[in-house]
Amino acid sequence: MRHKTFLAFFLPTATAMFLFIALPIVSVLVQSVHAPHEQVIREVENCTPFGCTKSTTVDQDATAALRADQPLGRFVGLGIYGDRSHLAFSELAAAWAGSARLGDFFDRILHLPFYRALAFTLTYMATVTPLSIALGFFVALAVNAIPRLFRGPVIFVSLLPMIVTPLVGALILFWMVDSRGIIGAAVQWAAGDPNLSLKASTTLTWIMLIVYGIWSTAPFAFVVYYAGLQTVPQDTLESAMIDGASRWERVRYIVIPHLLPLTTFMALIKIMDNFRVFEPIVSFNAGAHAQSLSYFIYSDLGGETRLLSSAAATSVLTIGGVLVLLSPVLVRTWRSFGRA
Amino acid sequence: MTALTLAALALWLVIAMFPFVWTAWGSFKIENDFFSKADWTQALTGPLTRATYGSAFTGAGYYGAWIREEFWRAALNTGIVVVCVVAISLTLGTLGGYALSRSTYRYAFWLLIVALVFRAMPPITLVSGYLLPFYQWNLWGHLPTAIIVLVAINQPFTLWMLTAFFRNIPRDLDESARVDGCTPFQAFRHVIIPVMWPGVITTGLFSFLLAYNDFVVTAMLLSKDNQTMIPKIASFLGTTQTEGNIMFAVSSVVSVTAPLFVLVMVFQRQIVSGLTAGAVKG
Repeated sequence: MRHKTFLAFFLPTATAMFLFIALPIVSVLVQSVHAPHEQVIREVENCTPFGCTKSTTVDQDATAALRADQPLGRFVGLGIYGDRSHLAFSELAAAWAGSARLGDFFDRILHLPFYRALAFTLTYMATVTPLSIALGFFVALAVNAIPRLFRGPVIFVSLLPMIVTPLVGALILFWMVDSRGIIGAAVQWAAGDPNLSLKASTTLTWIMLIVYGIWSTAPFAFVVYYAGLQTVPQDTLESAMIDGASRWERVRYIVIPHLLPLTTFMALIKIMDNFRVFEPIVSFNAGAHAQSLSYFIYSDLGGETRLLSSAAATSVLTIGGVLVLLSPVLVRTWRSFGRA
Repeated sequence: MTALTLAALALWLVIAMFPFVWTAWGSFKIENDFFSKADWTQALTGPLTRATYGSAFTGAGYYGAWIREEFWRAALNTGIVVVCVVAISLTLGTLGGYALSRSTYRYAFWLLIVALVFRAMPPITLVSGYLLPFYQWNLWGHLPTAIIVLVAINQPFTLWMLTAFFRNIPRDLDESARVDGCTPFQAFRHVIIPVMWPGVITTGLFSFLLAYNDFVVTAMLLSKDNQTMIPKIASFLGTTQTEGNIMFAVSSVVSVTAPLFVLVMVFQRQIVSGLTAGAVKG
């Protein structure tokens, strides 16, 4: 295909992506180095027969005019990145100097909002990804073992947790774990504590969110593995069976190695998706106990005062995080492309 | 097939299915039955619902949400958004995906890598980039804006999927059309379009799901009177919980989920093939 033809076909989608993905990234970068204007202060001299006093007032008109004139605000460089709600360099240094033990240091860091959000995001990603892949794998093995007739309905039911809107799926579970809901009541009964609330403690909230994450992402792993299982060479399996390999040995030495490439692919997709965890936190109303990076941006953008600059700085840091996560893939494709 | 496997599978099916069944059943009760401190069986039998409405089932939650709180308006908006997003992103995506699948130049590969990076970025990181310019140019709060943004955000994924599908359509097909004197666009129009439908339908399903399920973009870029269903549900939670009418939210959640059930039932095969398309091959 010639360059000109390629361009003709590709131009519409390229325009859309340029205008609404690439330019907004630039806009985010620009906003993250600007802060809103401070109020214009005017000094007024009030003179009375007894002498003159100076007082300062906020010049509302001038402030409004300045803000309308330069909506981006004033240039502050990387100042926002270093402030308390982002990378918090000075607080980090103080924590390092002030804490005797390493555990102490981490305790202090986790009180800083950005690091708390980062900690939850990484924990969520690191637990949900492997556990949901493992659960999906076992479900796929089980489904593959039942008669063909039942597989359709079973796949249908298994897909539901994934297809349903994240906000809605999390809400459904949230109502059930409410202390008046069925799971919440069951947990209270099991623990023998009628006042136990799954929403009140940070640890339980995290566990709840992670359980929701596994519930909603396991179906993807299930479907991919189920498709992969159909391609496992049957004669290898049969010869292993003749050689006396047990069911577990067949899975361990034939099926798992065969499915390994799929696992890499799936882990990549799931790491990307789990890194952006957001809707469940809104649904579980868990902002007080668990914040992810995405939720952190959302709470800056919502509310009475829109903290655009702060949200922009967090966005840039989040995009940086995504690039770090993707870097093994990017480096690998770069290398394999260099060889080809 | 051991009994243990079977039991585990049954357990998974219950875990996957039960929350939906429970909530759908409970949406026809009143709040004090569905959220019953005294006895969980009340959510099943609904004694208080019977006492209030004379029957164990009531549509009061649905009436309140759809009519009183004007959920139908949000449903209508969602319909418009979804139809437009699917149509536009498939049009742009098929053209672009076809070009990417047929180009042998290096830049086609790099464009796909850029698309992968775009796909990996959380959509909310872009939102703060939209807000300021959209306020300035008075674009904020309108359905078309949200539609275009959703189309753009959806493009990287659409391109990846359609490129994978188009690679399976033999190159000889359009090359012979070119030999017969077609322009590139005629070859695309008369030779590729008729055979590309399976891929387009599958990709369209995922575009549908993205637009239908989106919360971030629609919540941040649409004004209150243009809301779609998902942000509307989120707003129910803020206002109605204080009024003690959480059942509006429960019944609208069930209303939002029902079309997805139908969709999965009808298009199960396409969804499975779409989910596995990239994976199994590479």
